[in-house]
Amino acid sequence: MQGNFIDNLGKVYGLYTGGFIVFIILMAILEQLGVSAAAIGIMFVIFTIAIYAGIGWLSRTMQVDAYYVAGREVPAVYNGMATAADWMSGASFVALAGGIYFGGHGYLAFVVGWTGGYVLVNALMAPYLRKFGCYTVPDFIGTRYGGNLARFCAVLVLVVASFTYVTAQINATGTIAARALQIPFEFGVWFGLLGILLCSMLGGMRAVTWTQVAQYIVLIIAYLVPVIWMSNVQGFGVIPHFSYGDAVQRIAELEPTLAVGTAPTESFAGLKALTNLHNEPGGAFAGWKFFALALCMMTGTASLPHILMRYFTTPSVRDARRSVGWSLFFIFLLYFTAPALATLTKLQLLDPNLPTAVIGKSIADVNNLEWIKNWSNVGMLKVTDGNGDGILQINEFFMRSGIVVLATPEIAGLPYVISGLVAAGGMAAAMSTADGLLLAIANALSHDLYYKIIDPKADTKTRLIVARILLIVIGAAGAFVASLKLTGILGAVAWAFCFANSGLFFPLVLGVWWKRANRQGAIAGMLCGFAAGALYLIYVQNGGTKIAGLDGLRFGMIGMPVSLIAMVVVSLMTPEPDEETQKMVDETRIPTGDTVIVAHDKA
Amino acid sequence: MSENNREAMEGHWAKTRTLTFIVLAIWFIFSFVVHWFANSLNGISFLGFPLGYYFAVQGSLAIFVILIFVQNWRQDQIDEEFGVSDKE
Repeated sequence: MQGNFIDNLGKVYGLYTGGFIVFIILMAILEQLGVSAAAIGIMFVIFTIAIYAGIGWLSRTMQVDAYYVAGREVPAVYNGMATAADWMSGASFVALAGGIYFGGHGYLAFVVGWTGGYVLVNALMAPYLRKFGCYTVPDFIGTRYGGNLARFCAVLVLVVASFTYVTAQINATGTIAARALQIPFEFGVWFGLLGILLCSMLGGMRAVTWTQVAQYIVLIIAYLVPVIWMSNVQGFGVIPHFSYGDAVQRIAELEPTLAVGTAPTESFAGLKALTNLHNEPGGAFAGWKFFALALCMMTGTASLPHILMRYFTTPSVRDARRSVGWSLFFIFLLYFTAPALATLTKLQLLDPNLPTAVIGKSIADVNNLEWIKNWSNVGMLKVTDGNGDGILQINEFFMRSGIVVLATPEIAGLPYVISGLVAAGGMAAAMSTADGLLLAIANALSHDLYYKIIDPKADTKTRLIVARILLIVIGAAGAFVASLKLTGILGAVAWAFCFANSGLFFPLVLGVWWKRANRQGAIAGMLCGFAAGALYLIYVQNGGTKIAGLDGLRFGMIGMPVSLIAMVVVSLMTPEPDEETQKMVDETRIPTGDTVIVAHDKA
Repeated sequence: MSENNREAMEGHWAKTRTLTFIVLAIWFIFSFVVHWFANSLNGISFLGFPLGYYFAVQGSLAIFVILIFVQNWRQDQIDEEFGVSDKE
């Protein structure tokens, strides 16, 4: 049965994609027949979640291999799609284009960092971790360096990094569910969690893999369709990605005449006015900040356990490598669309020659626009007249960054069905990432902490029940923290990357690439790097003077060097690893033969 | 493990390491160097884009995708050369 499923993946997901498109068309017809926008939004969210839950139910399992690594039978292309969904979070989907819109060139460091990281994953990590044959990332650390303390440190870093990240995702599912279903945010968070657990609880990694593939298909359709449609409606070209260079240059011409960069005189909580130039790289200091941010995001990508563990699920080392390539390709499709969307949306609002422009129009006219009214009503947009001249200036137009994606269909006058599609896409993006993160945490706690450290004699059934209980408990804790609304979505996401690279990057890389690295060094590297990074974050958050301009988004630049130095110095001061460990490293470096864990257990 | 095998493994790792260093050098250029000089590159127009901007929104991204596929193609060759490919 399972073999049948793997052989028929193309058919199954082809049928699924076709079915989803038919559903979109059906919704479009219902809209024409007069069904309300709210009802269409609800149907989009409920229908897609019901499908994911169905996949989760069909993938239920009581086998350890299936629960932890999807039976190691996921083909490279599908693992690529699953990784892309795992990777692209609610923040990527909703906030990325808005970030580019507001942040200008400096923000593009995220775009470069969140794609270039996969070169590191492929060159330094994925094939070797696959050969190792571990179930979790701490499993690699624990086996390569030996000892419960090393394993425990890895679990600690993993839990802090992933938990920081997962609250942001549950927050995003809550926000979208609240808007689409028109329920309060606090209920939306718990509703979102329910959907997330439906996908992962019964089938672990196997269920998450096959729902993530389904979620990728929904999210990429939901991202590309509105942009391409908008571009065609507004005459920016059939495929806007290759033709928006003129728009970039036109914005650069308009910016001085509109006085972009003049600080606004008023401020509204959570809303921003555009003050950064669209394409102004700045001087050497801006170059340094770009470098630091991109480097932190790249090394963070290569250390985040929920990403690395996806490459444990392929049938072979060769497939693990190929699937990194596919992952980045599928991620690329969204990431090279976001800047196009940000640019075209900005041009539509700014260029006085376009009918959609609002800047330079009279305040009364702007306030009469349908989409301005809709988004003002929910507090995500604000038009004011700071200088009292009755004309809307650029620094009098405030919005939340998520609007760039969410309101594009309305600005361009597309039918509401597209907005429902975008809500389903955002939900898919946030749910798939939350599932991967929750599973990474619960698996590390159940496999590494419970089974390997606390009760090595536990039978399979107990292990898998413990894993599921932990999944629920951690999910509930995440939803609880999310319901407190502590930070903005993006701050928490960047922190997760820096926690991960401060604690795990060098112990993982050197575990493969430096035979001399030993247990004491790895423990020192994890603890010192993680502590240095975390302390620096606390220091900066409490108003401390920044070292070299490194802010809370870039604290990995402090954690990583400390981690590297501590690991190298302590390793060299203590005896080299025994011969068995060195052989283990040799085995890790070649694709053939038993996985290292199997060989290790036999010995 | 026999001595013969050990020699082959060392050869395999030496080539793998060289490939990895080349890949990381290219990665470094398109991750950091081109963006550091974005100001100067913006003076050049590419497909209608200022070149520095183009690298940050498309150029570097596309090069990363291609770089991974090319590295894997070359790594497969190395694995096969030393008889350690795990292709089914």
